[in-house]
Amino acid sequence: LDLFDILLTASFWVAVVRIASPLIFATMGELICERAGVLNLGIEGIMVIGAFTGWMTVYQGHDLWTGVLVAMLAGMGFGLVHAVLTVPFGLSQHVVGLGITLLATAASSFAYRIALPEVTSPPKIIPFQVWEIPALSKLPLIGPALFAQTPLTYLAFGTVIAVSIILFRTPLGLALRAAGENPSAVEAQGLSVTALRIGAVMIGSGLMAIGGAFLTMSAFSSFFFEMVNGRGWICIALVVFGGWKPGKAVLGTLLFAAFDALQIRLQQTPLGAAVPYQLFLMVPYVLSILALVLMSRRAEVPAALMVPYNKGER
Amino acid sequence: MRLEPIANPSRLRLIGLPALALALTVLIASLLALLAGANPFATLGLILKGAAGSKFALLETLNRATPLIFTGLAIAVAFRAKLWNIGAEAQLYAGAVVTVLLGTGALPLPAPLLLPVIALAAMLAGALLLLGPVLLKTRLGVDEVVTTLLFNFIMLYFVSMLLEGPMKDPMGMGWPKSAALVKEARLPRIVEGLRLHWGFGLALLSALAVWVMQTRTTLGYEIRAVGQNPEAARFAGIPVGRVLIKTALLSGGLAALAGFSEVAGLRGNLTLDLSPGFGYTGIIVAMLALLNPLGVVVAGIFVAGVFVGADSMSRAAGVPTYIADILLATSLLTMVLAIRLTRSKVHWR
Repeated sequence: LDLFDILLTASFWVAVVRIASPLIFATMGELICERAGVLNLGIEGIMVIGAFTGWMTVYQGHDLWTGVLVAMLAGMGFGLVHAVLTVPFGLSQHVVGLGITLLATAASSFAYRIALPEVTSPPKIIPFQVWEIPALSKLPLIGPALFAQTPLTYLAFGTVIAVSIILFRTPLGLALRAAGENPSAVEAQGLSVTALRIGAVMIGSGLMAIGGAFLTMSAFSSFFFEMVNGRGWICIALVVFGGWKPGKAVLGTLLFAAFDALQIRLQQTPLGAAVPYQLFLMVPYVLSILALVLMSRRAEVPAALMVPYNKGER
Repeated sequence: MRLEPIANPSRLRLIGLPALALALTVLIASLLALLAGANPFATLGLILKGAAGSKFALLETLNRATPLIFTGLAIAVAFRAKLWNIGAEAQLYAGAVVTVLLGTGALPLPAPLLLPVIALAAMLAGALLLLGPVLLKTRLGVDEVVTTLLFNFIMLYFVSMLLEGPMKDPMGMGWPKSAALVKEARLPRIVEGLRLHWGFGLALLSALAVWVMQTRTTLGYEIRAVGQNPEAARFAGIPVGRVLIKTALLSGGLAALAGFSEVAGLRGNLTLDLSPGFGYTGIIVAMLALLNPLGVVVAGIFVAGVFVGADSMSRAAGVPTYIADILLATSLLTMVLAIRLTRSKVHWR
């Protein structure tokens, strides 16, 4: 059977982990924001700005890690704007988030056109190369998937571990989660809800931008205007699917990536030739909606998500 | 920092703060023009001239405003009930698909009958497309922001599938486009010889109708009540779920009219580039209009003017047209902040 052939090849699992990597960064970023009580709909645009600035930095002759750093800082900058408008000023998180997405996307396109007015085909950079971990990468089936990836993929999994530890094992994480559950309790402890939320949105946005940078610096080697293509929105669905828990959210991204990798391969089979290719391209978006529906009854939403906090107001 | 509501904002606040927001937007646009190596004053002048400097420019702006008024209304209606319909783009395409389906010769009706039938069918398609996410919201508590956003992508692939499959024009030289509408299914021009079509008239009429609905009917009152406080509305005996569904049907229908009017009024056929994001820009239009349906007309024309003006400026001065998108996103953010500050005082400690 076709399906088993696909599932038993190592290259399939390599693709699954590669497809999941940018989503893991952005999902962790969104998860941090939402845990602190802020829905960040800027995610789609922040991924675009990360993809663009990271790529541009390398294209200008700097090294790849500088590109990642610049992407993260650019994301944090837009995160700061989002946070200032939604946290102390308490503006609608829907409207501000969409505004940030429009702004960051337009800013990327504008800057791209100014920097490269003449180009017709998108210029390339030399992206991150695969780092093979000796011995482990030779394991059958999943060895290459887990131990022969680009450094950003390893960083993605490192980020998940760091986010889990910080959120659930440190006083900072406790305060951050409380800011999203019961902000007045945080204030009663003498901590600032405003500062915690602004910090969470900035860090989260930085991670989203690295997720975007993965696309231009690890997956492809050029920047295209439409390259993020809804991945940000999918990550918001993945946060819900994961029940706002880092580990479960990562399982969600891997499951999602497996379906995505599968549909790409099914397109090459006789079945794929018989079905319009657009049906396959719809699969990720349909799956995201299904994930939301499946999890709707079980989800434990942070109680103060999307509720602005105004000191002294009861 | 703490915000304290102001009961009676002074006139200075009410006019000064939005003016300041506008000034900040213009300042940012000037900086962007400088960055692109152009003279900021000349750039802004060219945008103005391109948007309203001649009869041709002005009509072009009104043409571009037409779909934006429809999507702006769709979003204003929905946001008023705090129903976050971000799927106007998909609903627009649903309307466009139905317009092509019925307008290419399937219905042998004379124009005065055919056009209303097509318009209503298009509205129905848009309405049904939003019904799904809303039922998921009211029945299962699934957030409609993400579902409506995701539907935009699904719809585009669906339209692409249609245009390369069953809806493909056999005479289209292989291009993915639909067959042309029959003459009876085309919206006529308002003045013969000028490019402005009756879609614009329909947009004005829709704005008026929505305004009447919002200010003069029970449904309008109920929508506002649900938007302000769903718990209180439920307590007052308002069927919140049903009001949200009615709102959704109206919102989806209005967005679909944008697709109908673009296909039947402007293009005459359907291609994948029918909408350069009218559904998303409608959010800016609705917010700049403070969700007021009559304001949507003004905001729609303003936003269209920025786009049309920027296109023509870009050809003359070489500043990328994306300056329009930056300008509008900035004006959205500065304006919502300004409005908030007209109604509340900031205490810094």
